[in-house]
Amino acid sequence: MTDSKYFTTTKKGEIFELKAELNSDKKEKKKEAVKKVIASMTVGKDVSALFPDVVNCMQTDNLELKKLVYLYLMNYAKSQPDMAIMAVNTFVKDCEDPNPLIRALAVRTMGCIRVDKITEYLCEPLRKCLKDEDPYVRKTAAVCVAKLHDINAQLVEDQGFLDTLKDLISDSNPMVVANAVAALSEIAESHPSSNLLDLNPQSINKLLTALNECTEWGQIFILDCLANYTPKDDREAQSICERVTPRLSHANSAVVLSAVKVLMKFMEMLSKDLDYYGTLLKKLAPPLVTLLSAEPELQYVALRNINLIVQKRPEILKHEMKVFFVKYNDPIYVKLEKLDIMIRLASQANIAQVLAELKEYATEVDVDFVRKAVRAIGRCAIKVEQSAERCVSTLLDLIQTKVNYVVQEAIVVIKDIFRKYPNKYESVIATLCENLDSLDEPEARAAMIWIVGEYAERIDNADELLESFLEGFHDESTQVQLQLLTAIVKLFLKKPTETQELVQQVLSLATQDSDNPDLRDRGYIYWRLLSTDPVAAKEVVLAEKPLISEETDLIEPTLLDELICYIGTLASVYHKPPSAFVEGGRGVVHKSLPPRTASNESTESPETAPAGAPTGEQPDVIPTQGDLLGDLLNLDLGPPVSGPPLATSSVQMGAVDLLGGGLDSLMGDEPEGIGDTNFGAPPPAAPARVGAPIGSGLSDLFDLTSGVGTLSGSYVAPKTVWLPAMKAKGLEISGTFTRQVGSISMDLQLTNKALQVMTDFAIQFNRNSFGLAPAAPLQVHAPLSPNQTVEISLPLNTVGSVMKMDPLNNLQVAVKNNIDIFYFSTLYPLHILFVEDGKMDRQMFLATWKDIPNENEAQFQIRDCSLNAEAVSTKLQSSNIFTIAKRNVEGQDMLYQSLKLTNGIWVLAELRIQPGNPSFMDLELSLKCRAPEVSQHVYQAYETILKN
Amino acid sequence: MIGGLFIYNHKGEVLISRVYRDDIGRNAVDAFRVNVIHARQQVRSPVTNIARTSFFHVKRSNIWLAAVTKQNVNAAMVFEFLYKMCDVMAAYFGKISEENIKNNFVLIYELLDEILDFGYPQNSETGALKTFITQQGIKSQTKEEQSQITSQVTGQIGWRREGIKYRRNELFLDVLESVNLLMSPQGQVLSAHVSGRVVMKSYLSGMPECKFGMNDKIVIEKQGKGTADETSKSWKESVGGGKQSIAIDDCTFHQCVRLSKFDSERSISFIPPDGEFELMRYRTTKDIILPFRVIPLVREVGRTKLEVKVVIKSNFKPSLLAQKIEVRIPTPLNTSGVQVICMKGKAKYKASENAIVWKIKRMAGMKESQISAEIELLPTNDKKKWARPPISMNFEVPFAPSGLKVRYLKVFEPKLNYSDHDVIKWVRYIGRSGIYETRC
Repeated sequence: MTDSKYFTTTKKGEIFELKAELNSDKKEKKKEAVKKVIASMTVGKDVSALFPDVVNCMQTDNLELKKLVYLYLMNYAKSQPDMAIMAVNTFVKDCEDPNPLIRALAVRTMGCIRVDKITEYLCEPLRKCLKDEDPYVRKTAAVCVAKLHDINAQLVEDQGFLDTLKDLISDSNPMVVANAVAALSEIAESHPSSNLLDLNPQSINKLLTALNECTEWGQIFILDCLANYTPKDDREAQSICERVTPRLSHANSAVVLSAVKVLMKFMEMLSKDLDYYGTLLKKLAPPLVTLLSAEPELQYVALRNINLIVQKRPEILKHEMKVFFVKYNDPIYVKLEKLDIMIRLASQANIAQVLAELKEYATEVDVDFVRKAVRAIGRCAIKVEQSAERCVSTLLDLIQTKVNYVVQEAIVVIKDIFRKYPNKYESVIATLCENLDSLDEPEARAAMIWIVGEYAERIDNADELLESFLEGFHDESTQVQLQLLTAIVKLFLKKPTETQELVQQVLSLATQDSDNPDLRDRGYIYWRLLSTDPVAAKEVVLAEKPLISEETDLIEPTLLDELICYIGTLASVYHKPPSAFVEGGRGVVHKSLPPRTASNESTESPETAPAGAPTGEQPDVIPTQGDLLGDLLNLDLGPPVSGPPLATSSVQMGAVDLLGGGLDSLMGDEPEGIGDTNFGAPPPAAPARVGAPIGSGLSDLFDLTSGVGTLSGSYVAPKTVWLPAMKAKGLEISGTFTRQVGSISMDLQLTNKALQVMTDFAIQFNRNSFGLAPAAPLQVHAPLSPNQTVEISLPLNTVGSVMKMDPLNNLQVAVKNNIDIFYFSTLYPLHILFVEDGKMDRQMFLATWKDIPNENEAQFQIRDCSLNAEAVSTKLQSSNIFTIAKRNVEGQDMLYQSLKLTNGIWVLAELRIQPGNPSFMDLELSLKCRAPEVSQHVYQAYETILKN
Repeated sequence: MIGGLFIYNHKGEVLISRVYRDDIGRNAVDAFRVNVIHARQQVRSPVTNIARTSFFHVKRSNIWLAAVTKQNVNAAMVFEFLYKMCDVMAAYFGKISEENIKNNFVLIYELLDEILDFGYPQNSETGALKTFITQQGIKSQTKEEQSQITSQVTGQIGWRREGIKYRRNELFLDVLESVNLLMSPQGQVLSAHVSGRVVMKSYLSGMPECKFGMNDKIVIEKQGKGTADETSKSWKESVGGGKQSIAIDDCTFHQCVRLSKFDSERSISFIPPDGEFELMRYRTTKDIILPFRVIPLVREVGRTKLEVKVVIKSNFKPSLLAQKIEVRIPTPLNTSGVQVICMKGKAKYKASENAIVWKIKRMAGMKESQISAEIELLPTNDKKKWARPPISMNFEVPFAPSGLKVRYLKVFEPKLNYSDHDVIKWVRYIGRSGIYETRC
């Protein structure tokens, strides 16, 4: 059989010849002709002109020929819809054929013909085939429903095919079940709201049974479907996990990864104290390691997923470092991924081995890989303090090799090591300076310049070095220019006598001769600072730098949780949510891990990780220099767009940075956090929260009725002046914060004390500790005439960007009007953040109280309160501080209370009320919280509420 | 799901193109050719995203197989499917080459129609497929035959058909291991593992129920303390002969094995497909017998000369013979000439591979051999140092370096009258080098 000849017929008049052959009487000749047609089709030639002739060959009992004709039909039916109808009869007839293979073939092919007219004819045969006695036909028909749905969703619903498909989930044949599950899952994706799959314990049980019996592919469909289910409690989660774990030994890697997905997701619901939890963790490691002995393409998929798993649950693979060692013959994509995971798993225990490996890799051939290896050495130094010295000496060795890109990469990471461990390794500067000439990449040049500027006082010829860079100033990239400017200013502040000329030179280069607004602006700022107040300049430019965090390029926790739900899929390979690469409505439903249901575990979930925890799980990335300065100039403070939180925050970013990063770094930090360093600032107090209830209507209603009955909500402080008119060209702003029925608002009073009309108001908040952000634009309906005052209530939400502020409850606000932009900062009372569902269960309270370490306990005194226990309790409850239990110990009333902040942090309180003098009580307040820095502010909230 | 599947030759010409979903257009075929096959750079990832379309590819000799999708598909499944596709094609027409694909394009389209429906993989076991995709036109099947086919394709035991008969019931078990090693120049084991496969060829009648047992530590410990004193014997005593029990890190099974039974009882029971299949894969890392030890010595004599001495020692029973031994010693790119002296076998400098290849046909256990070479170098002004790739080794030994032993394979066929004793069984152990490298 040498069918390859069909690929070679390219002579003229071919179509005509084929036509003749297709109409030949001889069966063999016909078949030959159809093969030729298909071969032409494959290589991309247009053979649609032969449509009627090919369709004529359809009526045959030769299955092979029939299949070829069907293949042709699927390709061209869409371009010739009218002619395609000709084929309908044969299809309908074939659906009645005694041979199940032919029935299935007909229904399968018909579903692939995407012509509206044909779909109408498809309904009846499909209905029959869904109930066919033969499982082969049923499993084919199940997929056909998904095909039809893709062409005409309405038709599928109208014809009741969805119900039939649901029935197939209980079919006796496992493959029919698997295909029905696949079809339903796909259809359900395009109707996110409908409860098509209707997963409940009964149907889950059916799926788990079918799981043991169906083909490897069917197992994947079922496991992927199971992963969408949320068990009702931890016991159900455990029992499903138990039935899924055997799949980890399947030879098919996709089955294993899908099983891992289900387990990783359901594990979230299990309490860490359970024995089973530990067992499960142990069971997960071996199959993940085994995936690394698969073919390289699968290894790549596995490694991308392991990268996620290691970030989510580092404990699973912490002892398996060795398996990620790079093999000489690994494809480059496998090498790079392994390296990434090695750094994530590096710890004090294995650092020696890791470093030895990394040093080995740094001598390899592939440039990208070598660079990454060098960078990895630097990251080890920052991550494992004990290893820093060894890392630095390894890097110095590498610099000695004089390989250009190795040297450059090493200098970039050494700069970071200097920042992490100041005053420790500066002795190597001399070696670095020797390599100045070989640096040709902007990042390395910028890093070197930073080092020279930062340690100018120790480098004798710092001025010469920097001057040498200055010669080609205008040819440098912006990153280097900015760095050079700052470095020379630093040098000047440290050695003012010898470098005056140099600094003037760079300032004039930056301000007068440059077209780059970022550079010009920074130049002017320095210039003015230096000329008006050199002492202040020193404080600004040489200010203490914030520490850099150890973990870099971690995936943001909410995204990580979402990606965990997509283990095994493309999303987990790209490390992007499906919405980022899938068009249209399909698969863009956001998935999230199930909440933990058991006992006190909720307080340990990542959302409420103790603020400032040493793990630094959520480093706040310093915006790159370019962005900051860009925003300084980009002064269009548009009104915030209200809408989905995601959109809001992204739109606001620019403006927020305008006062956040930008001003901050000018005032507090030094502005030269070298562009593109991906190291974060200290972790924020409150990590980005995951959708806290902002106004969960029903529960609020209940709270109101069961509560004290005061409709007033939380205590509202009287308005105070936030922005005096003097500072804001005549605009005076006073205001206060309120919390009512679950929503927070900022009540503002704007007074125009100027002589001109004010219009175009807009408001922005800087990033703050709890992500407070305006939920709607600032609405000032009419222009504000002179001497006029308006009262506005601005609704707030807590889905904005998060950055730890000092003090914690500090809020920086920018208000814009037609005259200018004004900035002010205010402190908000913490009780506006106490949510309505902050009442903890008694048992949980006890467990949590014990669970929080004693060093997190803070004690406060509230003197001279005029209320008794009852009144205290009522009053606090109206501000969402809930009394859980009350006890009387030796004449003193003890109240046990709980409250929850919008970002999910729980605060537990014990309030001892002791009679001080006859009419006044003294209260003693003990607060326990996993984020102890909030305690002080919670105490202030108590005091404010109780004294007013 | 998979939106389309294309097969290209090395030039990027399309040999097979099958589109399953409407969102994949003809331009996708060209996009892959331009961006991946004809890309100037080396392939940096097996998954490529071009204009919101994702391409998964694998290569077999010079043939490219690419699966295309616009959705968030299960990526692991797509690759598994592509491998499976290769297996199926190989089972039908042998080597995957341009010639074979062109010769069998009608068959390939028929297969693609059967094993992928709307982009969802369906039964792809060759055993089942061969019963009804025959390329013989339609055979006049009887009604029973037809329903037998369909029940096999969709059934619980999709990998085996009913009614198989052999006059002689026979089975072959091959324990194939590849032993992997990464050793430091000082002889320290950086990483070592064995990845093993148990391949079975079964020629058994009916629907036989099989049970496979090996010296898995967990099973042996479960079976009571009776054997405990034996297991405590030092493994050195039995070098080359296998240990009493071994610790298996992890294993995976062919889909015929009842996984839930393995999970609960750790027993391996299954109804085998007919003919050859891979029963299980496993991995061990503890107490591996490293059949060879490589001791490298590299000395730089000035800037234009290297002296290399490599000693290999065999480390298994003297009565056993290792075969096909090959040691590859990499040489720098600027090598101008090499002089080699070896005690045993043949050694040659292969300039095109930048390596000295030293071949020894056979070598018994507990022996030692040596090669020394002088490498002349051309002076270069290339500042970059030579990367010194590791010395790698290939060999084949007639035992399992993990120490795995087959304890039994029992066959039950209740419906037919043959018993376990009537089945002729063969067991063979082959240990091969995987990536067996020593840094120098």
